[in-house]
Amino acid sequence: MSTPTSTLRDGFAVLGVAIRREPLIFTVSTLGSVLFGALTVADAWVLGWATDHAVTPAFRDGHISASILWAVVGLFVGVAILRAVGIVARRLGAGVMQYRLQAHDRRAVTRQYLRLPMEWHQQHPTGELLSNANADVEAAWSPIAPLPMAVGTVVMMVIAIAQMFAADLVLALIGLLVFPIVVLTTVTYQNAASPLMTRAQALRGTLSGIAHESFEGAQVVKTLGREADETERFAAVARELRDVNVRAGRIRAAFDPVIAAVPSLGVLVVLAVGVARVQAGDTAPGDVVTIGYLLTIVAMPIRSIGWLLGEFPRSVVGFRRVTRVLAATGEMQYGGSALPASGAASLAVERVSYAYEPGAPVLTDIDFSLEPGRSVALVGATASGKSTLTTLITRLVDPDAGAIRVDGVDLRDLSAGELARAVAVVPQSAFLFDDTVRGNVTLGADVPDADVWAALRTAQADGFVAALPHGLDTKLGERGTSLSGGQRQRISLARALVRKPRLLVLDDATSAVDPEVEARILEALRDGATTATLVVVAYRKATIALADEVLHLADGRIVDRGPHTALIQRSPAYADLVNAYETQQEDA
Amino acid sequence: MSTTVTAPEPVVGTGAEISAMATIRRGMQISPELRQGLGVTLLLALVATIGQVVVPITVQKTIDHGLGPQGADIGYMVRMGVLAAVAILATGLASYAMTSRLFTQAERGLATLRIKAFRHVHDLPLLTQNTERRGALVSRVTSDVDQVSQFLVFGGIFAIVSVGQITVATVIMLFYSWQLCLVVWICFAPLFLSLKWFQQRLSDAYGIVRAQVGVMLGAIAEPVVGAAVIRAYAVQDRTQARIDEAIATNQAAATKAQGFTAFSFSLGGLSGGLANAGVIVIGIWLGFAGVLSAGEVIAFAFLVTLFVGPVQMGTQVLTDAQNALAGWRRVIGVLETPAELVDPGADGEVLPRGPIDVEFRDVSFGYPGGPLVLQDIDLHVEAGTRVAVVGETGSGKSTLAKLLTRLMDPTSGSVLLDGVDVRRVANASLRRSVVLVPQEGFLIDETLRANAQWGRAGATDEEILASADELGISDWLDTLPRGLDTRVGQRGEAMSAGERQLVALLRAHLADPDLLVLDEATSAVDPQLEMRMARALEQLMSGRTSVTIAHRLTTAENADEVVVVDHGRIVQRGPHAVLVTRPGPYADLHASWVAQQAH
Repeated sequence: MSTPTSTLRDGFAVLGVAIRREPLIFTVSTLGSVLFGALTVADAWVLGWATDHAVTPAFRDGHISASILWAVVGLFVGVAILRAVGIVARRLGAGVMQYRLQAHDRRAVTRQYLRLPMEWHQQHPTGELLSNANADVEAAWSPIAPLPMAVGTVVMMVIAIAQMFAADLVLALIGLLVFPIVVLTTVTYQNAASPLMTRAQALRGTLSGIAHESFEGAQVVKTLGREADETERFAAVARELRDVNVRAGRIRAAFDPVIAAVPSLGVLVVLAVGVARVQAGDTAPGDVVTIGYLLTIVAMPIRSIGWLLGEFPRSVVGFRRVTRVLAATGEMQYGGSALPASGAASLAVERVSYAYEPGAPVLTDIDFSLEPGRSVALVGATASGKSTLTTLITRLVDPDAGAIRVDGVDLRDLSAGELARAVAVVPQSAFLFDDTVRGNVTLGADVPDADVWAALRTAQADGFVAALPHGLDTKLGERGTSLSGGQRQRISLARALVRKPRLLVLDDATSAVDPEVEARILEALRDGATTATLVVVAYRKATIALADEVLHLADGRIVDRGPHTALIQRSPAYADLVNAYETQQEDA
Repeated sequence: MSTTVTAPEPVVGTGAEISAMATIRRGMQISPELRQGLGVTLLLALVATIGQVVVPITVQKTIDHGLGPQGADIGYMVRMGVLAAVAILATGLASYAMTSRLFTQAERGLATLRIKAFRHVHDLPLLTQNTERRGALVSRVTSDVDQVSQFLVFGGIFAIVSVGQITVATVIMLFYSWQLCLVVWICFAPLFLSLKWFQQRLSDAYGIVRAQVGVMLGAIAEPVVGAAVIRAYAVQDRTQARIDEAIATNQAAATKAQGFTAFSFSLGGLSGGLANAGVIVIGIWLGFAGVLSAGEVIAFAFLVTLFVGPVQMGTQVLTDAQNALAGWRRVIGVLETPAELVDPGADGEVLPRGPIDVEFRDVSFGYPGGPLVLQDIDLHVEAGTRVAVVGETGSGKSTLAKLLTRLMDPTSGSVLLDGVDVRRVANASLRRSVVLVPQEGFLIDETLRANAQWGRAGATDEEILASADELGISDWLDTLPRGLDTRVGQRGEAMSAGERQLVALLRAHLADPDLLVLDEATSAVDPQLEMRMARALEQLMSGRTSVTIAHRLTTAENADEVVVVDHGRIVQRGPHAVLVTRPGPYADLHASWVAQQAH
C-alpha cells in the first residue's frame, strides 16, 4: 500500500518522465500559460493606465483626444489577443502533450504484448491487458491537462510574492501564509482521497473486464437466459464504483470551499492589519491595496495546483500498472540460424517435456522424428497434450526439457521470424483479424490473387468467399463474426496453405467443417496441394489416414506408434478411441 | 435463393442524431436520480454564487472606506469585515452542500445509466450485437459513461455557478448603468452567436473521437486475443502497424478536437478585452453627456471582470460538455436501439414443464440485406422426440437452431413451442425451458464451478459432480489438478476447444431444459469421448425434446427422425434407416461419412 507522501513523490516523478519525453511541447504550453498569467496581471495595469490617462483627464478637462481613445482600445484588445494566444498555446499544448504521451505508451504496451511470450499472456486475464493499454495509460497522463496551467500559476505566485515583499514586508508575510495553507490543505485532501481514487481506478478495470467478457459471450448469455445475472454481476461493481466516487466527491466537496476561502480570509486579515499599520503610519494605503489585490488575483489559479495534485493518485496507479507491463521480461530469445528456403522440412522432437504449472506435466518425454515430406498424426483423447505439442513445434512455448529441431536446427537457435517462414499452423480455434478476406489470408504478404484463390480452393472456401459482397475485399469484422465456425476454419486453413509451408501443422483444423467438405479438403491435401511435411492432430480416421505414422498419446506420453493399420490391430485402447463411431454404429 | 430481403441492417445506434437538449432530456429520463432534488442543489448554487460575488465587493468597499483619503472608518470596516466573513462562511457551506449533492446525484444517475445500457446490450438482437465491435460496446458502458461523469461533477458545478454569476453580474451592471451593460453584451454578442457554430464543430469532432476510441480498443485487443496466431505466423510487425494506425488516427482526432476547444475558449478573453475598451470609451462619452461620473465608469470596469470570468468558464464548460455529450449520446444511442426480440414479459405465456412440442410454420429467414437462407420451412417435432438436422456447411442448419432458441425471429412465418408462437413466450420461461449448446463453448474468467453454475445458479458441488458423472466426464474432471476450483480463463487458455465443449454440456445438463438444442456441441472432443457422451446425452435427452445439428452422422443414426437441409430448404426427412436406403442427399452424405470411417 502506498503512502500519500509517496504518491506525491511518485506523482512528480511521473510528471518528470512526461517533461523529459516532451520537453518542447511542455515548454511551449508552459510559456503560453505564463503569458496568460502575466497578461491577466497586465489587464489590471491597463485598467489603471486607462483610469489615469483617459478617464480621469477626460472627466476633469471635459474633452479627450482620439489618439488616447485609440490607445485605450489598442491596449485592451492587444492584451486580449496576446492572452488568447497564451490560452491556445497552453490548452492545445497540454492536449498535444497528453495525446502524444498516451499514444507513445499505447504503442509501447502493445509492442510488449506482441513481444512477450505466450506464458506471460496465459498468466494475465484479457480484461486486465486491455485495461493496461487503455484506461491505465489514460490515467497515467491525466495530470498533463492541468500541468501547464499549474506551472504558470507557480510563476504567477512567485511574481506576486515578489511584488508583495516590495510593497510591505509585514503584510507580505501575512499574505504569504495563504500559500502554504492552501498547499497543506491540498495535500491533506490528497491523503484523504488517494485510497478512494486508487480503488475507483481498480474498479474501472474490473468493470471493463466484466463488460468485455460478458459481451464476448453475448450469445451464450442469451441462450442461457443469463441477462439478469450478468447485469447483476456488472451492477455490483458499478454500484461499488458509484459509492467510492460519491465518497471521494464528498471529500472534495469539503476541501474545495476551504481552499477557495483561504485567500479571501487572507485578504480580510491583510486589510485589518493593513489599516492598523496605515494608521500607525508604517505603510501606505496603496501597498495594502496592492497586496490585497494580488491575493485575490492568485486565489483562483492557485486551485489549478490542487487540480494537478488531485490527479496524482489516479496517475500514479495507472503509471505503475503500465510500467509493470513495460518492465515485464521473458521475451523469447532467438539465435542467428536460418533454414533452407524450399523443400519439405525434417522435424525431430527429442525427449521433450512441458508443464504449464510445476508438478502437473502436460507432456513427458516425447520423442519422435519425421523425414522431409512424411506425415504424422497425433491421436489421443481430449486433453492428452496434442495441442500443447503443436504449440511447442511452432515455438509458441519452449520445452522445459529436451529439444525440437527443424532440419536439424534447434528451434531456439533460429533467428526471429525464420520458423514462421518454414512452418504454418492451423489452430483448433480459428482467429481472424478485423480485416478483409485477402488480408486474413495473406497477412500482408505480397501474394498474387491467383494464389489466394488457389489456397481458398484447396480449403474449400472459394465458394462462399466468391459469394461475399466484395469477394476478397470483403471486410470480415472483428474476429470474423460474420462467418460461421466452419467458414472461419477454412479461411484459417487457406492462410496456412498460401504460404506454401515446408512443415504444416493442422490442429484438428476441420472440426467445424461437415464431412463432405472435409473429405474434399483432405482429398486436395493428399493430391499434392502441399508438399510439406505434415503434423496433424486428428480424431477422424479419414484424417488420420493422411499420415504415414500415428503417435498415440495418452496423459502426455507417447504410448504407442506405428502405421494406423498396425496400431488398430495391436492396441485395443487405440482401436477403441478411433473406432468409437463404428462401435456405436454396430451397437445401434 | 433469389429473393432478397431489403430490410436495413440493424446496427447499434450512435445517437449522433440526438440534439444536445434532447440528449440531456433523455439522459435525465433514463437516470431520474439526476433530477431528484435538483431544485435544492440549484438553490445552494445560487447562494454560493451570490457569496462569490459578495466577497470581492465587500473587500472592495472595505478598501474604499478603510483606506480612503478621509481616513479609516473603523466601525464601517468592522461591519463589512464581519459581512465578508459571513459571506465566505455561507459560500463555503453552500458550496460544500452543492458539490456533495452533485456528486451523489451524478454518480447515482450514471450508475443507473451504465447498468441500463449494459442490460440493453444483452437485450439487443444477436444480429445487432454482431454489427458492433465488442470493444466499442464495452466503451459505451465504461469510458463513455466516465466522460459524462467527469463532466457532470466538475463541469456541472462550473456550469451552474457560471450561469448564476453571469446573471448576477448582469443585474448589478444594469443597476449601475444600463447603457454600459448593453455595450458589454454587444461586445460578447459575436461570441454568443458563434457559440452554436462552434458547438456543432466540437460535437462532430468529439463524436469522431469517441468512435475512434472504440476502433482503437478493437485494434488493441488483437495482440491479446490473437496472441497465438500472431506468433505462429510471425506477423507482429503487421499487427503492430495496424495498431499504430488506429492509435495515430485516435490521436489525430483528439488533437483536432482539442484545437477547436482551445480556439473557442480563447474567444471569451478576446470579447472581454473588447468589452473593457468599449466600457471606457463609451463611459467617457456618457460622462460628457452627464450620465455617469468618473467613479462610476471605473467601478463599472471592475464589474466587467465579474462578467468576463464566468463567461470564460462557461465557454470552457460548454466545450468540455461536447465531449461528455458525445459520450452520453453514444450510451443513449445504445438504449434507443430497438431490442427487436421484444420480451412480452409479464404478459408472456409460460411454457408448461415437460417435453416441448415444436413446430416451424412456413418459416423463412434472411439476414438483413441478404438472400433468404431458410425458405418455406414446415416442420413438426413431437414432444419427446429426438431430431437430427444434417446438411452441408452453409445449408442453414445453424440458422434453424437460432430461430428455435429465439436468437433471431423469422423474416416470415412463425416458430411455435407447445403451440405458442415463441414471440409470445415470456423470455424467462423460454430460457428456462429451451437451452442451446453452441459449437464454441464460451467460458468466463472464473472457476470451473462458476462456469458450470451458469447452467443452474447456485448449483452445489454435489449437483455439478453428479451431472458430470451422468455425462460420463468425471474422469476428465479428476485429471484437473484443482478440480472445480480450476480457473479456466476467458480465452480458455487453460482449456482446449474440446474441454470448453465439455463445460458447455455440463452447463446444459445442469440447466435441465425441456427442449435441448445442440449445435455441433461435441465437434472438438475425441471420438471415444464423443460416443460416451452421446450415450450420456441420450440419457439427457430422454423425457425431453431435442434437436441436434450434427455433421457426424452417428447422431443422425440414433435420432428418431432425420431432417436434411440443403440450400435453405428441407429436402428430406424420415428415420435414418429409411433415408439411408433411398437415393438422395442423405444417402450421399452418409456414403461420404462411411467412406471417411473406412480407412
